Amino acid sequence: MSQAVMTTPTAPRIRARRAGFLRDVLSVAIRALRGIPRDPEAIYPALIIPVFFYAINIGALQDVAERIPGVDYKAFQLPVGIIFAVTGVSRAVTMVTDIQSGYFDRLSLTPINRLAMLLGFTVADFVLVIALTLPVVLLGCIVGVRFETGILGLLLFVALSGLWGLAYTGFPYAIAFKTGNPAAVNSSFLLFFPFVFLTTVFVPREAMTGWLATVAIFNPVTYLLDALRSLISVGWDFAALLKGIGAIALVGTVSGTLALTTLRGRTRRK
Amino acid sequence: MDYAVQTRGICRAFGDVKAVDSINLSIPKGEIYGFLGPNGAGKTTLVRMLITLLLPSAGSATVAGFDVVSEANDVRLRIGAALQDAALDLKQTGRELLKLQGRLYGLNRRELDTRLNELAGLVDIGDALDRFIGTYSGGMKRRLDLAASLIHNPEVLFLDEPTTGLDPISRARVWEEVQRINKELSVTIFLTTQYLEEADALADRVGIISQGRLMAEGTPAKLKRSLGNDVIFVQMDGNADEARAAVAEVDGVVDVDASGGELIIHVVNGAAHISDVALALNAHNVQVTELTLRTPTLDDVFLSVAGARMEQEAG
Repeated sequence: MSQAVMTTPTAPRIRARRAGFLRDVLSVAIRALRGIPRDPEAIYPALIIPVFFYAINIGALQDVAERIPGVDYKAFQLPVGIIFAVTGVSRAVTMVTDIQSGYFDRLSLTPINRLAMLLGFTVADFVLVIALTLPVVLLGCIVGVRFETGILGLLLFVALSGLWGLAYTGFPYAIAFKTGNPAAVNSSFLLFFPFVFLTTVFVPREAMTGWLATVAIFNPVTYLLDALRSLISVGWDFAALLKGIGAIALVGTVSGTLALTTLRGRTRRK
Repeated sequence: MDYAVQTRGICRAFGDVKAVDSINLSIPKGEIYGFLGPNGAGKTTLVRMLITLLLPSAGSATVAGFDVVSEANDVRLRIGAALQDAALDLKQTGRELLKLQGRLYGLNRRELDTRLNELAGLVDIGDALDRFIGTYSGGMKRRLDLAASLIHNPEVLFLDEPTTGLDPISRARVWEEVQRINKELSVTIFLTTQYLEEADALADRVGIISQGRLMAEGTPAKLKRSLGNDVIFVQMDGNADEARAAVAEVDGVVDVDASGGELIIHVVNGAAHISDVALALNAHNVQVTELTLRTPTLDDVFLSVAGARMEQEAG
């Protein structure tokens, strides 16, 4: 066995202390960010599925949908592709793996701020969802979609998409903390369907009828889609933007509360 | 005296099951304390209370002078723990994992570099530090886990069955490292194990736990001496029960345990009576394949206290 290089007796002994909240968040975030490219199986589907649906929806419905006056279906579908790209993308499965492997306990044994254990992951999630919006936006630009609000509008479009992705991540984390079960976390994808399909995903609200039109009114994603679409097709529609931001805040508050409550349950000593 | 770990009537129940039942421990600073018991005896439950992951149902405990319930954060700054399964993130490199661990303990860059250099040598990770942990062998993972628990220079180190599942060579290396950490860094070590020879080899003192209760405590030598008797071990072909009856009446024999084709005979002054035992077995036509005289081991101590406990409960 190799010889240990020990601290000389005169050197002050290194002592542990609290690192501080921001440093805790940053440390966890760096680890989570570093893990993203090492987990390609979690990223490739999120890259491919939105591009696939964007192409399919346009191919199948463009001719029909554009019979409605004033509808540019490529522009109309671009926010849908983005929602597909960013909704439910998180590192919650890694969190579950940490819980199951005991690594979560190892982190809990350090003086880390408990909230930082979650926030560090969400920083990485935000970076990831922003990155996932870019191929879809690029594809939209390639097929001729132009932003009425210009480059500033495009940046806001990406930012709102990222915030939505972040707001949604509370659900998978809540399931991760509550169950510690990867299958349960993966099933959080089921929540995605009512959010994304019971809304104006295929046609504008004016063209919807029956129960689906009613449900869409109460679905926050409707207002997010309206806000994103306004940036592309309308211009600076602050009422639509505020409603979109309100929808993100509402979902974020609900999912964030669930995530924090379950985090507290997971880290509380019993 | 300054104690690194002290418990007073500490208990932990899960429903009706008492996993830890009123245990009192006083472990001085600098000691290696071996906590010995079979699976399910309550070892891990006690450790999880001492490292602040689990609350006691009753009683109290201090670690490094701080209460594990009311001063958990102070305890966490002063302890390191390597739990039963090496708790690692397989998608990080060893260096990344140690750096993250150090940062969470507030170490700055210079301190981290110093500790990484020290630990790379101490736990013999070396070049593997820059490889993904997923590529490590079981022994390397254990040693990295040990390094992670030492990154912040803890005063008390908890090792929960650190060698379970390791091959003999890896086990010997972990033993060597545990002794070195204790000697060179003056770290108090609380070690749980189900391997008696591990406790015998490493621990200054041993506590034997069975069904949540501390059954015996002392230095390995003292515990062995407490049995008072030597042991004659017999391996045979044929019925052990008949052989048991044959030797039970021999002078000096205190107790006989029969199991399968084996007899364990507890005898006063074994050297004087081993020939009588051999003659008694021969007289009853027992085909002996092995006959060994030895002084008691921790196995004997453990079987003795665990057996007494079971008899007590049956009675």
